[in-house]
Order: sequence, then structure tokens, then C-alpha cells
Amino acid sequence: MLIKKDLIIVGAGPAGLAAAIEAKKKGIDDVLVLERELNAGGILNQCIHDGFGLIRFKEALTGPEYAKRFIDEAKSLNIEIITNVMVQDISSDKVVTTISPSGIKTYKASAIILAMGCRERTRGAICIPGTRPAGVFTAGVAQNLVNLKNIMVGKRVVILGSGDIGLIMARRLTFEGAKVLAVVEKLPYSSGLQRNITQCLDDFGIPLLLSHTVIKIEGHERVKSVTIAKVDEQGNPIRGTSKKFECDTLILSVGLIPENELSLNAGVHIDDITGGARVDENLQTSVPGIFACGNVLQVHDLVDYVSAEGELAARTAVDYINGSIKNKSDITVIAGNGIRYVLPQSISPNKDITFSMRVTSPYKNKTIIFKDGNRQIKKKTFKALNPAEMVRIDLKAQDLNDVRNLEVFIDE
Amino acid sequence: MSNNREIVCIVCPNGCRMNVQIDANNKVSLVENALCEKGKAYAIDEIQFPKRSLTSTIRVIDGELPLVSVRSDKPIPKEKIQCALAELRKIELKAPVEFHQVVISDLFGTGVNIITTKGVMNRT
Ligand SMILES: Cc1cc2nc3c(=O)[nH]c(=O)nc-3n(C[C@H](O)[C@H](O)[C@H](O)COP(=O)(O)OP(=O)(O)OC[C@H]3O[C@@H](n4cnc5c(N)ncnc54)[C@H](O)[C@@H]3O)c2cc1C
Ligand code: SF4
Repeated sequence: MLIKKDLIIVGAGPAGLAAAIEAKKKGIDDVLVLERELNAGGILNQCIHDGFGLIRFKEALTGPEYAKRFIDEAKSLNIEIITNVMVQDISSDKVVTTISPSGIKTYKASAIILAMGCRERTRGAICIPGTRPAGVFTAGVAQNLVNLKNIMVGKRVVILGSGDIGLIMARRLTFEGAKVLAVVEKLPYSSGLQRNITQCLDDFGIPLLLSHTVIKIEGHERVKSVTIAKVDEQGNPIRGTSKKFECDTLILSVGLIPENELSLNAGVHIDDITGGARVDENLQTSVPGIFACGNVLQVHDLVDYVSAEGELAARTAVDYINGSIKNKSDITVIAGNGIRYVLPQSISPNKDITFSMRVTSPYKNKTIIFKDGNRQIKKKTFKALNPAEMVRIDLKAQDLNDVRNLEVFIDE
Repeated sequence: MSNNREIVCIVCPNGCRMNVQIDANNKVSLVENALCEKGKAYAIDEIQFPKRSLTSTIRVIDGELPLVSVRSDKPIPKEKIQCALAELRKIELKAPVEFHQVVISDLFGTGVNIITTKGVMNRT
């Protein structure tokens, strides 16, 4: 039996919850949110540190507190959230198949919002040589074990990767009595926020070793040691620079990948660089009526923007359901010099649009320029640009007057 | 005699690298490169009474989860972090635990409370 729904949202993290609330407020009553975990809130449930919501609420909330605001609002609006249900398949004609302890169900939705979040890159993805003992964890898994399950992961720890989750776990494990020997980063700069380096590493005297990587893991039952070495500009280990740390645990914080298996089956085109769907300014994917937001679309560093993206996806999904998205967005946006990617990947002219992008490497005092052929549309100068921080730039409808081509780049 | 120090403001994700001038009495005489007023206040605190907000977990008996997350409702003096963690380790709460329940009030006479950041229901 096909159960009909106006809007189905996959994932009850901050992206999915914000989308559900906005859709309900915009008059769509028949909204269903599907979540595989037992509780709504997504990854925020395990992020017990503070710093969430500074932009949106002007307060430094912890992850669970930020999530609770949205869960409470969804409850008060009587939004239907089903937890402990796994979405197994989405088809291009928006049939959604789910599995839960109560069996298999199929739904047919007028519109779908993808909000499945992301997963972590693992040891396999970065090919670390050595034996394969116990004691190698990804940072998010370690965070889940320590913060939710009361399972301590180790006593002497090396962390590979200096993204925010790795930095935050360095402090968290120190709090729980572990000795964090070093955070090792292959790039010449950290991929985490400076404030996290200060309060998670410097406060505890944990060294951050830039331009270093792990070249060997030893141990049979359990990790016994990890050997690191300096790398050259191409990222190759330099002979004679190796150093061995006796430790029982290696934590990997080596990047996040949008979780797009379902999207692929539905025929959604994926962007090679972001790993998320290619979308237009409505956050609509290549399949009409399927929208994407949050970490499944692009990996975010700030949850505030995840919520904002969820709301935008909901507003345009509501327009789609009401039949009022008309024009196809077919002007391609090109990421030029110094810009790794820019979102949305295609737009229509004469609309207010917020562009999100990341730069390829750290820059000081540089200008980001938007150009249509030879016409300069907008420029914005930044004191510092950092690959770890997403840049958001608003363009007004009048800026995008009759654009035919859009390129975004850093002025050298 | 005065000296200069670089201090990273940790109040918001901008993470401004401030240049802070400290005079002979260990007082902040100048703060440069902060994007907003909060940076200056943070720098003054950081020189005289460094503080951090504390987040951690506490054990829960008979709960749907074995732990509840907690935080200090205001930043606490940095040198008190380790003793605060030791206090937290001694505590066991019995489910159900309420959201924003006060677990320790007036921690070490600092006027800071430790509160829960989620609710934990009984194990069913
Ligand atoms: C470990 C970690 C730590 C982070 N720390 C911070 C931080 O300190 N500060 C910050 O601002 N941001 C942080 N982030 C960024 C964070 O990802 C975003 O802020 C935000 O939580 C992403 O929201 P989301 O809704 O897109 O994804 P998520 O929160 O990941 O939610 C996605 C949800 O979809 C569900 N789902 C996925 N697939 C299916 C399926 N097939 N069927 C049913 N349900 C499904 C998942 O179970 C999950 O609940 C962190 C991210 C990670 C991964
Ligand atoms: S000075 Fe202001 S803008 Fe800069 S990091 Fe501190 S709070 Fe943020």
C-alpha cells in the first residue's frame, strides 16, 4: 500500500527539523520526518560542547540544547516524526521505501527533502600502512562512545587530522583522563577553527604538528605505537624525520563525506567536489521535487547555516508542492581561481541568492569577485580566508540583473 | 614597561587574533584587531582571570542513556577546571533527569552552577 504524503523529509538532524518546522509554518500540514536513530537531533546529540547557535540565537548553546529548541518547536506544531526507521530507497518518482521493526512501508511524496547528514572518512580512505589492531577510531565514533555510551576509548592517544571534531575530541579525552600526545595534520595549516586550537589544544599543552602524517601503525591485538613523519609539499613523507609515539589509540579526524547513497538511487546528480547534490538557488536537485540541505548537500562547520539551509529548502519545496516554482535555473556558476566550490551550482537571474563557498588555501587580505563575462557584479574583501570556514556572500536581485554567466574567483 | 601578546578571541567562530598590550601592572592597556567589543572584554579577562566554560558528562543510574551531558552556566576560572571535573566524576544521578536540572550549585563558591543540557528518561 502506498501512503500519500505532501512532504517527506529524510533525517531529523538540525537540517531536517528546521525544514519540517518551516514547511509546516508555510501551510503544508502533511509533513513526515523519517529518522533511523531512536531520537531526533542528529549528530548534535553527541556534540556536548558549546558554541552552537551563536549566529541564530546569540548564545553559545551545546549541541543537545540547540537540538532541543527545534525538537520542542516541532512537537508544539504537531509535526509527525517517526524515529527508529531507516529509509531504504527513494525513487526518481518520489516513492520512499522504509524499514523499521514494524516492517516495510512505502510512501509516495509530492516533494522530498534530503537531510541525511554526512559520514566520516575512515582509515581505508586514506591508506595508512601497518597492522590492523583494535584502537583505531574515527573521531565521531569516539565522540559517540565517550559522550553517549560511557565507553572510554583509550589512555594514550594520537589524533590524525586537525578538523574541529578532532580538536574537540582532544579536549574531551583529556577531560576524561587520557593523555593526548599530539594532533598530527598533513596540511601546512589546520583545517579547524583557530578558537578550537586555542581552547582545545593550547590550553592543555597538546602539540599540533602541521605538515606531518602517520606512516605506520604497530600492534597486534591493540595499537602499540604510531609513527609519524614530516611531509614535503607534495604530501610525501620525508626520510629521517620519523618519530614514534607509544600509544594505545589513534583517532582519525580526516574529513566528512555527504551521505548520498539514497540520492544516487533516486537519480540525483552529485557534485564531484562537494560530494553533495548539484542544486539550483531553490536547493532543488537534478530530480524535480527533490531538494537537499545541511551536511548531505555540503559539509558545514556551523550548525546555524545548516538550519538556514533547511528553511530555504522547505520554502522552495512548499512552492514546488503549490506549483509555483516555474523557471528552470540553467545559468551555471563557476568556481574560479582560489575557490574550491561554490553553491548553488546553477541559478536563474534577477533573484536574491546567498552563495556558499570554500577557498582552496588560506589567504590574507583578498577580494572575492563575482563576474558575468567582463562585467564585475560584486566584490567583497576579507582580512582572512580559511579553507576551514565556509564563506557566505549575499547577492541581491539587482546585482544579478540578467546575468548569463557567473564566475566566482579570488583576485590575485 | 609594557609588553605585547597575541591572544586569540574564542568568543565566536571568527577567532580574531588580537594584539594585546599589557602594562607593568599586568593591566591591559590596548587591544587591537578585534572585530567587536567582546574581544576586548575577553582579552582583559584572559590576562587577569582566565575563564572557560566547562562541558562534560555525569553518570545516570537506570536511565535510557548511561550519561547526561552537563555544562557550567557561566565560564569558570581556568585553574578550577580539573577540580570541577573531579567533582563531576563523584556524582551519580538517578533517572529521570530533567533538562537544565542544577547538579551542583555555586561550584567552589564561584557563583557558577553546573546544569544538565538534556533530559534522560527512565529505562523502560
Ligand atoms: C562528529 C561531528 C561533530 C560536529 N561538531 C560540530 C560543532 O562542534 N559545531 C558545529 O556548529 N557543527 C558541528 N558539526 C557539524 C554538524 O554536522 C552540523 O552542525 C549539523 O549537525 C549537520 O546537520 P544535518 O541535519 O545536516 O546532519 P545530521 O545532524 O548528521 O543529521 C542527519 C540525520 O539523518 C539521519 N539519517 C541519515 N540517513 C538516514 C536514512 N537512510 N534513514 C533515516 N535517517 C537517516 C541520521 O541518523 C541523522 O540523524 C559536527 C559534525 C559532526 C559529524
Ligand atoms: S572579537 Fe568579536 S568577532 Fe572577533 S572572535 Fe571575538 S567575539 Fe568574535
